[in-house]
Amino acid sequence: MADISVTDQDLHHGEDHGDHGHDDHHGDKYQSSFIDRYLFSMDHKTIAKQFLMTGMFWAVIGAGMSIIFRLQLGFPDADLSWLQPLLGGWIDINPSTGVGSLNPDFYYALVTMHGTIIVFFVLTAGLSGTFSNLLIPLQIGARDMASPMLNMFSYWFFFLSGVVMFASLFLNTGPFSGGWTAYPPLSELPQASDGSKAGMTLWLLSLVLFVVSVLLGGINYITTILNMRTKGMSMFRMPLTIWAFLVTAIIGLLSFPVIASGFFMVLFDRALGTSFFLNEIYVAGEALTERVGGSAILFQHLFWFLGHPEVYIIILPAMGIVSEVLSVHSRKPIFGYKAMVFSILAIAVLSFLVWAHHMFMTGMNPFVANIFVLFTLIIAVPSAVKVFNWIATIWGGNLRFNTPLLFAIGFVSLFISGGLTGLFLGNAAIDIQQHDTYFVVAHFHVVMGVAAFFGMFAGVYHWFPRMFGRFMNETLGKIHFWGTLIGAYAIFGPMHYLGMAGVPRRYYSFDTFSAFADFDMMNKFMTIAAIVVFLIQILFLINFFYSIYKGKKQTTMNPWEATTLEWTAPINAGHGNWPGAIPHVHRWPYDLSRYEDRDFVPQTEPLAEGEIDGGH
Amino acid sequence: MTAPRVRRIHPQKFALWVGIISMTMLFSAFTSAYIVRKSAGNWLSFPLPDAFFYSTGVILSSSILLHMAYKAFVKENYQLFRGLGIASSVLGIVFLILQYQGWIALNDIGVFLHTNQSSSFLGVMLLAHSFHLVGGLAALSIVLTYALRKKTLKLTPKRQLRMELVCTFWHFVDILWLYIIVFILIQQ
Repeated sequence: MADISVTDQDLHHGEDHGDHGHDDHHGDKYQSSFIDRYLFSMDHKTIAKQFLMTGMFWAVIGAGMSIIFRLQLGFPDADLSWLQPLLGGWIDINPSTGVGSLNPDFYYALVTMHGTIIVFFVLTAGLSGTFSNLLIPLQIGARDMASPMLNMFSYWFFFLSGVVMFASLFLNTGPFSGGWTAYPPLSELPQASDGSKAGMTLWLLSLVLFVVSVLLGGINYITTILNMRTKGMSMFRMPLTIWAFLVTAIIGLLSFPVIASGFFMVLFDRALGTSFFLNEIYVAGEALTERVGGSAILFQHLFWFLGHPEVYIIILPAMGIVSEVLSVHSRKPIFGYKAMVFSILAIAVLSFLVWAHHMFMTGMNPFVANIFVLFTLIIAVPSAVKVFNWIATIWGGNLRFNTPLLFAIGFVSLFISGGLTGLFLGNAAIDIQQHDTYFVVAHFHVVMGVAAFFGMFAGVYHWFPRMFGRFMNETLGKIHFWGTLIGAYAIFGPMHYLGMAGVPRRYYSFDTFSAFADFDMMNKFMTIAAIVVFLIQILFLINFFYSIYKGKKQTTMNPWEATTLEWTAPINAGHGNWPGAIPHVHRWPYDLSRYEDRDFVPQTEPLAEGEIDGGH
Repeated sequence: MTAPRVRRIHPQKFALWVGIISMTMLFSAFTSAYIVRKSAGNWLSFPLPDAFFYSTGVILSSSILLHMAYKAFVKENYQLFRGLGIASSVLGIVFLILQYQGWIALNDIGVFLHTNQSSSFLGVMLLAHSFHLVGGLAALSIVLTYALRKKTLKLTPKRQLRMELVCTFWHFVDILWLYIIVFILIQQ
């Protein structure tokens, strides 16, 4: 650990005694060449953009995969031979009719990869990686992360992990196809399916690299927040974004090593002949007599001990972003700041006590299941506190209905809809009927998939000027919002109905099940809605990249009239963020509409005589 | 609430401690899985070879020597620092060799990695711990190479910090092994 980060010492030199750091904005000793500045950059702002753009790349791939398998579900008899140039051998052509259909093995690979990519690469790295990097130093008043070098490694480990996963898509035997949860024995026995061969080896390798990336990033976020806040920035003066990123990083640090242990054991089982998770397996009628004594359920425990906190790793940053955006654009202080902080903390603690609600149907003792039901339902309390506070924040506010605010409100809407179905699934008795149906798929897509995307969009539209010194196009933004909101409900609303009717998830085709034959129209409808939503996201991408170069220029330093520190740094600030001394903080971050004569008071403004700090 | 912020701990040291928490989580996951699996029965018990007890002594002495090396470094007694530092890292390598010997001794009595989950768990923990130790050795060797190259060495805060980081990590790896071996002994 000795040589990891000597640079920050120099970067943060003398910050305690009013430094005058970086006269030259466009390059310091760490980023003097093109490669240092744009590629192996140590500037947290550049790393944030790298995370965002890599996340966007993966979002297109992950969402594109969902369109392909939705085509299969909505139009199982359609001729897909036109996809052959893209998918090659994964489209089976019927020699007599010439009709192309999706290879069933590849269908499972697509479902698996869609889950893995969206959960890990887009909503963990793309969301938390982007905004933790961008906002932590800027909002707490630091020149960069505690260790810019570890930060850079964090991104490149993520990149490498992505390269390995991407390579697995091109394997002859295809990428891993046993579900994103990688349950043994499917994930352990190469003879189980094509995807369990080299595809799974690369999947494991990729995810181990990903865990390293998350841990390096998390160590940095925690250290930076706890040690490098500017003068006056007490914990209860931090914006809720920072609280969310801090707690997210702590959860990640405690849960990712646990799944890493599970991955190591899977690697051992695959490569070294151990049987941690294997017992009495028959493959194609042949007993694996050598592989006995393990427990596949043990892997599920290890997996979900990460897997459930992972849900909060995804949603907490989105919640932080939404709190900030709602407050700024309704021109009102966040309602119940401390209640928000304590809800985040409560959610974090509870997130470690509910993992077995993913395993109600594994034959666990019903009395044990009861404990997990109890904790699962208790999580509804802090979540409801947050929802109440968001609504109370915009209640009676002077709302600016711009794209960031719309997406933040959309987040709240989706979080309520998806959260309510969670109450059903969290109940072990109801789960007997609902487990592994489309009800589950609809629930988690609404509550942590689409909702987290909405949080991310709110953040991108809101902090786009901070990243690129320009604005995104509002009209396109609003089309993006309404199209995505209506489209998302159109996809996942009917899906709840399918689930309640008992339609199982992950099935390639329902043509042999007469009970599910009535849902053809509904499946078609959802597929069309999914295609429309996908096309609208392309609109967002066009808006994003167009605006980087041609968007409306940011002319004032604080375009949203926000109170937080990131808007006190110059437009397109260089490495080090503030050319002069780091600003000091004198008040909480939500002094909006507090005084009749002033719309907002920035955090940097000293308290007037006799004035009491807002948050207390 | 407006009191000036006091920095009590260096950020890098803090980061190391945060990292240590996460590494601890890795091993607590292994040992929790061990307990769960053991309670399910069909568990092979075997005596731990002597080599593992010798290696425990070796890694403990290595830690003590490194601590003394650090003290010598702070007192700017570089001759002593170099000697103790080298001795400490040599003991680290001896530890690795003894771990390997211990594993071979297990194989000699017919206990292999895949014999039973009990030996599989021991194997996975041994390997994971050894990886951490190799990481510690790498960090230590960087500090030492630097110290050996310069005839005279000036004590700077940066060098002292670096040395402290290496020491903390080394002691952690040491305690980690103590945890593993005591855990296995208790479980037997």
